[in-house]
Order: sequence, then structure tokens, then C-alpha cells
Amino acid sequence: MAEAQKDSWHRRVIEAKGGTMAIFTAIAISVGGLVEITPMFSAKLGPEHLAGVTPLTPLEAAGRDIYIREGCFTCHSQMIRPTRAEMLRYGEWTRAGEYEYDHPFLLGSRRIGPDLQRVGGKYPDAWHYQHMKDPRSTSPGSVMPTYPWLYTAKVDPLEVAATVRTLRKVGVPYDDQTIADIPQQIQAEGTAIVASLKTGGFTAAPDDEIVALIAYLQRLGKDGTAAIKAGATKAPAP
Amino acid sequence: MATVPSPDATPSQAAPARALSAGVYDDAIVKLFFTATVTWALVGMLLGVFIALELAWWPANAGIAQLTFGRLRPLHTNAVIFAFCGNICFTGIYYSMQRLLKTRMWNDTLSRLHFWGWQLIIVSAALTLPFGLTQSHEYAELIWPIDWAITIVWVIFAINFFGTIAVRKVDHLYVAIWFYMSFVITIAVLHIVNNLQIPATLTRSYPVFGGLTDALVQWWYGHNAVAFFLTTPFLGLMYYFLPRAVEKPVYSYRLSIIHFWSLVFLYIWAGPHHLLYSAVPEWAQTLGMVFSIMLIAPSWGGMINGLLTLRGAWDRVRTDPILKFMVVAVSFYGMATFEGPLLSIRAVNALGHYTNWIIGHVHSGALGWNGMLSFAILYWLYPRLFGRPLAKPEWVTTHFWIATTGIVLYTVSMWAGGLTEGLFWRAIDATTGQLRYPVWAYVVEKLAPFYWMRLAGGTLFFGGVVLMALNFIISARAARATTPATGDVLPARA
Repeated sequence: MAEAQKDSWHRRVIEAKGGTMAIFTAIAISVGGLVEITPMFSAKLGPEHLAGVTPLTPLEAAGRDIYIREGCFTCHSQMIRPTRAEMLRYGEWTRAGEYEYDHPFLLGSRRIGPDLQRVGGKYPDAWHYQHMKDPRSTSPGSVMPTYPWLYTAKVDPLEVAATVRTLRKVGVPYDDQTIADIPQQIQAEGTAIVASLKTGGFTAAPDDEIVALIAYLQRLGKDGTAAIKAGATKAPAP
Repeated sequence: MATVPSPDATPSQAAPARALSAGVYDDAIVKLFFTATVTWALVGMLLGVFIALELAWWPANAGIAQLTFGRLRPLHTNAVIFAFCGNICFTGIYYSMQRLLKTRMWNDTLSRLHFWGWQLIIVSAALTLPFGLTQSHEYAELIWPIDWAITIVWVIFAINFFGTIAVRKVDHLYVAIWFYMSFVITIAVLHIVNNLQIPATLTRSYPVFGGLTDALVQWWYGHNAVAFFLTTPFLGLMYYFLPRAVEKPVYSYRLSIIHFWSLVFLYIWAGPHHLLYSAVPEWAQTLGMVFSIMLIAPSWGGMINGLLTLRGAWDRVRTDPILKFMVVAVSFYGMATFEGPLLSIRAVNALGHYTNWIIGHVHSGALGWNGMLSFAILYWLYPRLFGRPLAKPEWVTTHFWIATTGIVLYTVSMWAGGLTEGLFWRAIDATTGQLRYPVWAYVVEKLAPFYWMRLAGGTLFFGGVVLMALNFIISARAARATTPATGDVLPARA
């Protein structure tokens, strides 16, 4: 304590002054964030655009809202790391441009279940329908809960319109036509999935929540995989 | 004495403070926050036990949507971080600030608005998250109307906080106040920037940032919620309550200055270590890793300053359960802040990321550091604040051992479970060059024993909190039965 009892200059100038302490603290905590985050808004330093990645359809966006509502991201990641084991298990590592229209991002931080970045097209629609109803019927040993309410709840086109309109406000390039035709698009896309479910022996309505969720899951990673195959990619980070 | 930057740690100094407390200090607000802390500790940890059960035994949600893991996990994290830890921070800040600055809180109405506003926010979290109303950003899940409420309540708190500093009766600002200040300022900045959202409906909104920019902003927030909600205010609490409990001044003033400035400067850079191996620009990932490793120095500076404050008093750790809690808390702080930088190293992160190891890591911090320090403060405050002794002082030691055993079971099971997962996932068959364990659920099944062991550890830790709450309730009843409550008069020091 002897050192403190001397009335040192820094004590008089900084530590005994509330305002100075507050300002210095605010400066100290701002530097790191400014250095790391602001370059993300620069075209050169920020995430790269990936040609061929397009926004979700209204039904897929509705499915994404369900994915968020159920907290799927608490157990499933959407980020494949550039390691040999991950690429064997899931496919190509995830490129920055694949997330371009993700508001919010859904990378996840824990894998209680497997990564879903490239789950689109991996299984038939009927597999997902069965999986959400009884996960152990498709994946014995799974600890995933059942989601029976997805089979009775309906997608509300007005809610989807609110989603799509807001996503446009934050920069997702939806055109006026897409926004005007939301109910018809939900019907059309949903009907296609219902038809594919029928071949698997399941009946559903085009506006069932499970149909929207399947639409979203089947879209995951498709644009990115196609773009990567077409060669629009760089070498992985070391 | 005014220039000595130390809390009123010696008995001779404590005596006038005690006389002042009856009239000058607002201890009623401290009692409110105290009660809220114990209440939310019970709720938050019970939720933790329940979701731990859901991973060990999936039918636990009984088919009810509101009880699924995906919806309750955010409620658990929010309840523990913002309800339990938040309320203990406010308890300690309102108690210690008035005494360190020798003045009542600047405005009693603002204190009450802060208290009731904060509790209302917690209740609204419990009424929204189970219904799937979430923004999905970790620790920033609450929907936009609640975000606005948080902003307003935080501004109220900040005005009261800086108002109290402005009207202080002592010249110096003790080190605990600096840490509180960094909490008030940084949480405001983090909360506002990470919740820049455009509302779609009353309950849904979408962030203005997208993709990896959103991810980087979120983990800048997420990691610094750990730093400035679970670390700096708790270090402030340590700097006040540890010297008070030990009745010795803090070991080194100079070390506290150095470790304060280096901690608040370095911590903010560490966020990108949550995004290692993602497509976030590599320079940002490397900065996150390097600054995380550098963080060992200021973190351990705080740990060393705390532990060395006990110099010459180590014999009391054997007999005083409050000091036991404090020593274990500071030790866990040291361990967690060593493990964090370790996990930030790319090669280690490649194994640990996405696994239970991370869950073990955060719980060695949350249970060991935040939990144990909070219990020490609650037990230390109880007789001083409520003016009555604990009815069952021997239960405090029991609580300590139950909680410590619980933490050990929790962290060991999650380390083992995490390494198991990480190694199974990456195992490649040397002859075929293919994955050795391609079936995901095979690995999930291997984790069941670890999940049960974690559940046992968590249940023990929760049981300790139940014992603490019972102790407080029995003490209140015993006091009511003998003498009518007399308010803020303290009993003789035990």
C-alpha cells in the first residue's frame, strides 16, 4: 500500500477524476472493435461476394423464420471448416459470399447435431418430414426432440410479407414482383413439395409449417455448392 | 485517510461506515437486488438442470413446444447472465459504491426504476423466449421492444451511477469503481450496436448487418458480454468484497492500474476467436487469436492481486467458508482465463470448437468464478444488510462443498465429453482415407454418460443454491420470531 499513499501524478490526473476515467475507458474499449469491424464494410477487405448466390424465396424465408423460432441453431451449425474431416463429412468449406443475404447470420456455435450448411438436396423431402416428426426413425440414437406442432401450424402470408419487406430494407435484393406475389409463390412452391412428399407416402398442405421448413433446409448450401463447382472460389485459409 | 485507495477494510474504518449506513446509505435498494439475485439464481440454474436433462433424456420436454431445448437454452443463458449475474452486480455496486464514495446513491427514484425495470425485462424474457420469439444472436436473443427497454433502463442506471460519482464525498475513485464504470459504458455500446435491427412486426426484426459482418459484430458483442458483464463488474466486486472479508487492503494498487487498462483495452479484440476457421477475413481471425493469448496477462494480474490480498490470512480460509468461496472463485477465474486463450489457439480450437469442451469452459467461468464469488458476497452481506445473523452458519460450509463437487463433475464431464466428440468427428481411417465414424448419432450415443454426469454436477450446484435460499428464509423467520425487524443495525462481527 505504500506506493498508493504517495499522491502520484496519475492518481491526481486520471484515477481521481470520474470524467477522465470514463472518457479514457470509452476510448480503450473502442479501438479493438473499430479496427476489426469497420474493414468489413470495405469491398476490398470485407467478405467476398460469391456469384450465383441469390436471396431465399418467400417460402424458404418463412422456413428460415421457423428455424430461428425453434432455435435449431442452438444445436446445428451452418459453417463447414476447411479441414479434411469436415469436408469428408459435409462437403466444401463455407465461403463468405454464401452468407451474403443472411440476416441474421446462423453459423451456430455448438454441434449437438451435425452441420447443415450443405444439407440441401442431401435427403429427399420425405426424409425431413419423417425426421422432424420422429428424429429417431431416421437417425437412431438422436437426442433431438420431436416437432409435432410443425404439422398443424400454418404459414401466414402476411407474416412472410413482413419478413420479406424488412429483409429488403436491410439490403436483400427482393424485387416488387416477389413481394406482390407472396401468397401465390408460397402456394406454388409448397404444392411442389407436397407432391414430392406424396411420393414418399405423406400428406401435407402447401402452407403447413413443416413444408416451409423443408423448403428452407433443401435450399441450404445449394447456391454456394453450385458457385464453387463453377470455379468461383479461392483457396482455403491455411 | 481520504487518499488511501482502499475500501473501508479495517475494523476502525468500518465502524463509522456502519453508523452512517442507517441514515445516509440507501440499503433498501441493495436488499431488493439481493432478493432478486437469489430468486433468479434458483430460476436460471433450475432451467440449466432441466435442459441438461433434455440432452441426457430427450423426451423430457413432454412434447411441449415451449419446453424444447432450442427455446429454453437461451432462456437459461439469459436468466443466469442477465438475471442472476446482473442482479448480484447491481447488489454489490449499490452497496459498495455508496460506501466507497461516502454518499447515498444520487437519486432514489432512478435506483427503483432501475430495479423494477430490470426485473420486468427478465420477466418479459421468460414470456417471449419459450414462445420462439428470438433474434437468435447469442446472449442478445431478446426481441426489439425488450432491447429498447434494456437501453432505457441502462441509461437510467448510468445517470444514477455517474450522478453518484459526481456528488461523492471522497476525492479518490477506488479501483472497484473503475471496473464498474467499464461495465456501465461498454455494455451500453455493445448492446446498442449489436441490436441495430429493423422491426418487421411487434415481435420480429432483422439485423441491419448481414452474413459474416453480422457474425463478427455479434461475436464482438458476445465475447465482450462475457468480458464486461461477467468479468469486469465481478473484478470490481472482488476488489471491494475480498479485502472487506479478509480485512486487509488490496495487495497492489499499481498492479490494479496496469491490469485494469490492459484488460479493458485487450478484451474487446478477442471476439473473432469465436469464428476461427470461418470465412471471416483471416487477419481478423488472427487478431482475435493473438489478443486472446495476450489476455492471460491482465487476467492473471487480477487473479494474483486477489489471491495475494489473502497474504497473512490464509489460515482463515480453513475456517471461514466465505473466504473458501472467494478463493475458489478467484482460482476458477484464473483457470478459465487460461483455458480461454488456450482454446483461442487455432490448432486447439480446431478440436474444441462446436464441442462440449466449450460448454465446460463457460461453466468453469460461470459456476466457478461468477457463482462462487456471488455466493460469498451474498453470505457476507446477509448479516450486514438485514441486521440478523444466519440461522444455519454451518450450512454455508456444506453449500461450499456441494457446489465445488458440482463444478468438478460438470467441468470434468464436459471436458471429457468435448474431447470425445472432437476426436470422434475428426478420426480418419488410415487405410481407406474415409471418416472412421461417419454416422453422427453413433457419436451422440457415446456422449450419454457425460450428459448424465453433467446433470449430476449441475443438480448439486443447484442444490447448493437451494440450501442458501433456505438458509436466508429460515434466518428471516427466526429473526421475526424473536425480535421485530429493526432495520439496518448490524450485529457484532462474527
